Amino acid sequence: MTAIAAPGTKTARHARTATQPTMPTGQKVRWGTANTITIAWTLFPIWWLIALAFKAPATLNDGSFWPNQWSWSNFSGIFHGTAFVKPLLNSIGIGVISTVISVVLATMAAYAIARLKFPGKSLLIGVSLLIAMFPLISLVNPLFNIERVLGLFDTWPGLIIPYLAFSLPLAIYTLSAFFREIPWDLEKAAKVDGASQRQIFTNVIAPLALPGIATTSILVFMFCWNEFLLAISLTSTNAARTAPAAMGFFTGVSQFTFPIGSIAAAAVIITIPIVIFVMIFQRRIVAGLTAGAVKG
Amino acid sequence: MATISLEHVSKRYPDGTEAVKDLNLDIANGEFIVFVGPSGCGKSTALNMIAGLEDISDGALRMNTKVVNQLSPKDRDIAMVFQTYALYPHMTVRQNMAFPLKIAHMPQDEIDRRVKEAAELLELTEHLDRKPANLSGGQRQRVAMGRAIVRNPQAFLMDEPLSNLDAKLRVQMRTMISRLQQRLKVTTIYVTHDQTEAMTLGDRILVLRLGVKQQVGSPQELYDYPANLFVAGFIGSPAMNFMPGQLADSVLKWPFGDVRLPAETVRRLEQEKAPRDVIVGIRPEDFEDAALVEGAKREQGTTISVKPDVLESLGSEVFAYFPVPRAEAGQMEELQRVAAEVGTGDAPGSESTFVARLSPITTAREGVAFTLWLNTHKLHLFDAQNGKALGR
Repeated sequence: MTAIAAPGTKTARHARTATQPTMPTGQKVRWGTANTITIAWTLFPIWWLIALAFKAPATLNDGSFWPNQWSWSNFSGIFHGTAFVKPLLNSIGIGVISTVISVVLATMAAYAIARLKFPGKSLLIGVSLLIAMFPLISLVNPLFNIERVLGLFDTWPGLIIPYLAFSLPLAIYTLSAFFREIPWDLEKAAKVDGASQRQIFTNVIAPLALPGIATTSILVFMFCWNEFLLAISLTSTNAARTAPAAMGFFTGVSQFTFPIGSIAAAAVIITIPIVIFVMIFQRRIVAGLTAGAVKG
Repeated sequence: MATISLEHVSKRYPDGTEAVKDLNLDIANGEFIVFVGPSGCGKSTALNMIAGLEDISDGALRMNTKVVNQLSPKDRDIAMVFQTYALYPHMTVRQNMAFPLKIAHMPQDEIDRRVKEAAELLELTEHLDRKPANLSGGQRQRVAMGRAIVRNPQAFLMDEPLSNLDAKLRVQMRTMISRLQQRLKVTTIYVTHDQTEAMTLGDRILVLRLGVKQQVGSPQELYDYPANLFVAGFIGSPAMNFMPGQLADSVLKWPFGDVRLPAETVRRLEQEKAPRDVIVGIRPEDFEDAALVEGAKREQGTTISVKPDVLESLGSEVFAYFPVPRAEAGQMEELQRVAAEVGTGDAPGSESTFVARLSPITTAREGVAFTLWLNTHKLHLFDAQNGKALGR
């Protein structure tokens, strides 16, 4: 976030240019050890997952963390037929649509919250936070019944609508923090330059909030992409079932084989979009767009 | 180009604080007026009200005789330069300067022509395709000016445009703004807390304190005839020296001995029914090394013996700081209040040090007593109770 705030930019720049005192060797070793342990700790399960995905089905239970026999069979297995392909498409579609709608709405709402005075503002913030804190599990049953009656059950909108409800508070909250850091003077300048409120928003504020919008998009997309509880409760067929939910329905080759290989392969696949997403937007997040707006 | 007048303009915030109180001011067409005062005096609020960025609680704001209280900033046709420059960081210099024209749906060739013209005027031509982040402070400041002038607005409003620049650049930009204003002849309102900027730039200066107008006038007028203690302490650098004293008939009694006041001053003091307790102000340049003052001029003043503890030589002049007898606390209330607001480090009266500006050929030495001459014809007298100027 330091990249966004004008005053923060200054500190960041200073930190970069300041000649740092060289660390004593003992401290270096301690830091190095701590970092290595932390990284190993977090990466180990991921490696385990990848190893499982690449093991040949026969060697799944050989007790090794290293695939002795590399094989694509788990991957080809899940892409055979529609059991995983259709849910994957559902996941992408539902995730992207929810993210777009949510971020567009949240951008406008967050701008209003950050910059405008209107009655009921604190109520709006309070209610949206309340929704964010609501335990999902308590809503599953009512949602199930409502959606069945409305004919939304097992459809894309049936998942998109609740996803919007739960991602909006998060998006509004994150975005309003970004908007607050855009210098007020820019808005005043635009006002004096003759821009209307809408022109100020589209020409000045929104472009500057891009890093914030990118960050929020990732968060919202990840929420929709990873969501399991609603996905499994509000769908019954591959018409709208998303990838995480579909993985729960994987079966082995026979009734008696455990589908751990397929699940691992599917887990690796659904991690890929998240990695790509973060890589695309990371630069935007880091690039301090407002640098130079005001004397920093 | 426009005349701007403020009629009984006030700004009250919902919490009851009054930032600007009953401000009356007529600004002539093409005039360069400076609003000056310490922070919190309401000068920026006044400017924002003129810009339309803040509502006017009371009173009328007229531009070219038309009341514009209810007009939004975009309909007032004014341009503003901000202290932070407020450049759009995602746009190039060219786009920044073209922005107000684009919003006004001006044809592209006209936009290009005006931007080019302004860029030449401000020596920004080679930077047109750079982004603000890659510009120096002075260049950013010029872009902000450029964005204001491309529009040929009715008035320029400038909110401390130079305070983020370093001292040398500030002086350069000050001359540039002055030249630009003379050339464009656009009514300009300039807000600053720096009295030097105010003195050098303004055709007229409005001094504000706690939202109340203290005095309006030309820089020389304010300097020579400050209307009250506040203006006297605020205008001029180093600040005026203050010392309590008593009036008895035509004689001023103060720690430097009795001073016979000029007949003209005495007559005016009598007309005003001046009180006994006064505060005497004397500007640093109204002192001189007595050894350098000759004949008739010497008769205009009196001499005192002082022992300077610090001498600052600037080459063209020497500032001598010397201790003076401490005043009685009771008489200093108004003086101290003013000193606190003016916020000068050398708060007049709060400490017993005077500063005198001497000719560089003085032979005065630190810690060595010498005779100092002071011009009694240049004394400023203020009512000790309310700080109003007396005998003007």
